[in-house]
Amino acid sequence: MANLLALIQNETLKVWKKKRFAVVVLILLILIPIFVYANLKIAQNSADKFHADWRSELQSRITDNTNALSSDRIPEEWKQWRKALVQQLQYYLDHDINPESPNAVTFTRRFMDNAVSLFVPLMVLAIASDLVSSERSSGTIKMLLTRPVRRWRILFAKLAALTLYVSLIMFTTVLLCYLISGLVFGYKGWGEPVFVGFQVQGADVDTSGVHAVTQGVYLLMQAGLIWFSAMVVAIIALMVSVLVRSTAASFVTMMATIIAGTILSNMASSWQSAKYLFNVNLELSSYLRGTPPPIEGMTLGFSLAILGIWAVAALIVSFTVFTKQDILN
Amino acid sequence: MEARTKEIILSVQGLKKTIGRKPIIHQVSFDVYAGEIFGFLGPNGSGKTTTIRMLVDLIKPSAGKIVICGDNVGTHPEKALSHIGCIVENPEMYGYMTGWENLEHFARMQAGITIDRITEVVEIVGLDQRIHDKVKTYSLGMRQRLGIAQALLGRPKLLILDEPTNGLDPKGIKELREFIRKLAESGMSLFISSHLLSEIQLMCDRVAIIAHGEVIAVGEVEELVSQAGTYTIWQVGDTTEVKRMLSGQQDVQLIPDNEHRIDESILSGLHHPIITIMDEDKISEWVSRFVSAGIAIHSVQRVAPSLEELFLKLTEGEKIG
Repeated sequence: MANLLALIQNETLKVWKKKRFAVVVLILLILIPIFVYANLKIAQNSADKFHADWRSELQSRITDNTNALSSDRIPEEWKQWRKALVQQLQYYLDHDINPESPNAVTFTRRFMDNAVSLFVPLMVLAIASDLVSSERSSGTIKMLLTRPVRRWRILFAKLAALTLYVSLIMFTTVLLCYLISGLVFGYKGWGEPVFVGFQVQGADVDTSGVHAVTQGVYLLMQAGLIWFSAMVVAIIALMVSVLVRSTAASFVTMMATIIAGTILSNMASSWQSAKYLFNVNLELSSYLRGTPPPIEGMTLGFSLAILGIWAVAALIVSFTVFTKQDILN
Repeated sequence: MEARTKEIILSVQGLKKTIGRKPIIHQVSFDVYAGEIFGFLGPNGSGKTTTIRMLVDLIKPSAGKIVICGDNVGTHPEKALSHIGCIVENPEMYGYMTGWENLEHFARMQAGITIDRITEVVEIVGLDQRIHDKVKTYSLGMRQRLGIAQALLGRPKLLILDEPTNGLDPKGIKELREFIRKLAESGMSLFISSHLLSEIQLMCDRVAIIAHGEVIAVGEVEELVSQAGTYTIWQVGDTTEVKRMLSGQQDVQLIPDNEHRIDESILSGLHHPIITIMDEDKISEWVSRFVSAGIAIHSVQRVAPSLEELFLKLTEGEKIG
C-alpha cells in the first residue's frame, strides 16, 4: 500500500548512493576531452592540407570515391555505400555547406553518432546490469520482498528509476560534450543547416525527401533516437539482471551481446534474417545521416519496431519471472 | 492447554513444497498464538529455512495455506506481510547506506511509518550511537540489531527470526535472549528458528520440531521435555564395585559411556561418572546399600534431559542431516 513514488525514490536513491552515476560522469569527463583533442588535430590537419579550402577537400573526396567505384577490387556493398556518399557530398557542395566546420554542436553530434553503438550502452549497463542482481547477490532482496509491497510494484519502481537514469545519462553526455568541446571550438553552430531525409534504396540515395533542419533540431532528433535505443538496451539488461544472480555475469552477457551486434553489422549484409536481432538495430541515428543500413531492407521504422518488440518481450519476461520466482538463496 | 484459547496469529496448514521433482517440505502444520515465543527446531537441511521463506512469501508453497492474522499469504500477500517483521537468515542491509538511510528506505515501503517511529526503533535496539554510520562498517551484532529495528518498524504482531543467534558472541546471545523476552512481554508473538536445542529451551514457550521436511512434534517445551528420561549420575569411591552391584537390577538401567545423550559440557567436570536411569525414590535406597557396603559416595545428581535427547528420541531410527 506504499506510495509508488516513494518506491521510485528508494530505487533512485540506491543507484545514486552506490555512486554509479558519479562513475558515468567521471568517465565522460575523462573521455570527452580526449575526443575533443583528437577532433582538433583532425581539423588542423585538413586545414593544413587544403589551406583552409573545404570546398576542394569535399571535391577531392567526391573524386576519390568516384574513382573507387570503377575499381574491380572493391566489393559490391562498399560500392553502394560509396555511391550514396558521393551523392550526399555533392549535395553539400552544391548548396555551399561545409559539413566539416568544427563547432561545439557539430562535435556533440559526431560524438553521439559514434557513441550510440558501444559507449552509450556501456554507460547504461553500468546502472542497469545490477539493478536486480545486486539485490540478490547481497541478500537484500529478502528484506525488499518481505515488505508489504507487491513484487510488480518493486520492479516497476526499478524500471522507473532506470528510465530516469538513462534520460539523465543522455542529457549529461550531450551537455558535457557541448560544454567541453565549446571551450575549444566555440559554442556556436545551433542554427547551421543539416540535411536529413536521405532515403537509401539499394544503390541510390533518394534525395527527394531531403530537407534542411538546423543543427539544434538535428541534435534533438538524434538524442531522441539514441535515447530510444539506450532504453531498449536498459530494458533488456534489466531482464538479464532479473534472470542472472551475479552482477558480473549479467554485465558481461549484455556487453558481449552489444559487441556481437556491432560485429554482425559489419559482416552480416548477406545474412538477411540477422536484421531481426535487436543488437544490429541499435544505431538508429545513422538513418538520419543517410548512411546505408548494415542489412538491406532495414529502415528507421523497421528498426524502431524491432527494438520495440524486443523491449516489450523483455518486459514481459522480467515481470513474469520477478513476480513468480522463488527466492531460494 | 490455556494457550488454545488464545488468539491465533499465524496458522500454517498442510504446507508442502516440491522443487523440481524433489519434495523438500512434506507436511508442515502448526499454529502460533498471540504473545508467545514459538520455537522452530530442526537440524540444518531439515526444511526450516524453506518453511520460513514460505511464511514470508519468498517461496510459493506447492500446497497448503498460511494465514497471518486472518490474511492469507497466498492470496493477499500485501495485507498478510504488513502484520509481520522478519529477518531471513542473515540481516542483510545496504552496506553503502547508513543505518538510518536503510531504515528510511524500508519505512517508505509501508504506509504510516513516521520519523518518530524510526527514532523509536533505533532506541529500542540501542543503535543510537552508530545509526548515521555506513552499514558496511557495522559488526555482525550491530547488523542484527539494525535488522531487528527494520523488522519492528511497522509495529508487527509477529516477528520472525531465522537463527538469530548465529555468529553472535555469548554476551550478544544473552542480550538477544533478554530482548526477545521483552518483546514477547509487550504482546508480540515471536517465531524463532534454531538448530541449537538449548537455545530453544532457554527462549521458547512452545516448539515445533521439524525433520526431513515434516513436523514431528508440536507442544510446550516443558511438556515435550518431560517425555524424555532423566539421568541419575553417580560419583563413587569404587566404580567397579558399584557397577557390579547395579548391573542386572530390575529398577536400575546402567547406561554405557557411549550410549547416553547428555551434553558433553555437563560430563566434562565429572570424574568417572556412572550414568543410570532410575526412579527418584529409589536413590536413597541405593545410597544406603552402597554405604553399608563400605563404598564412599562423592555425589549423586539428576540431569534433566536436553531437547537434543528429546529430538533424538522423536527421530529414533532415522538418519539425521
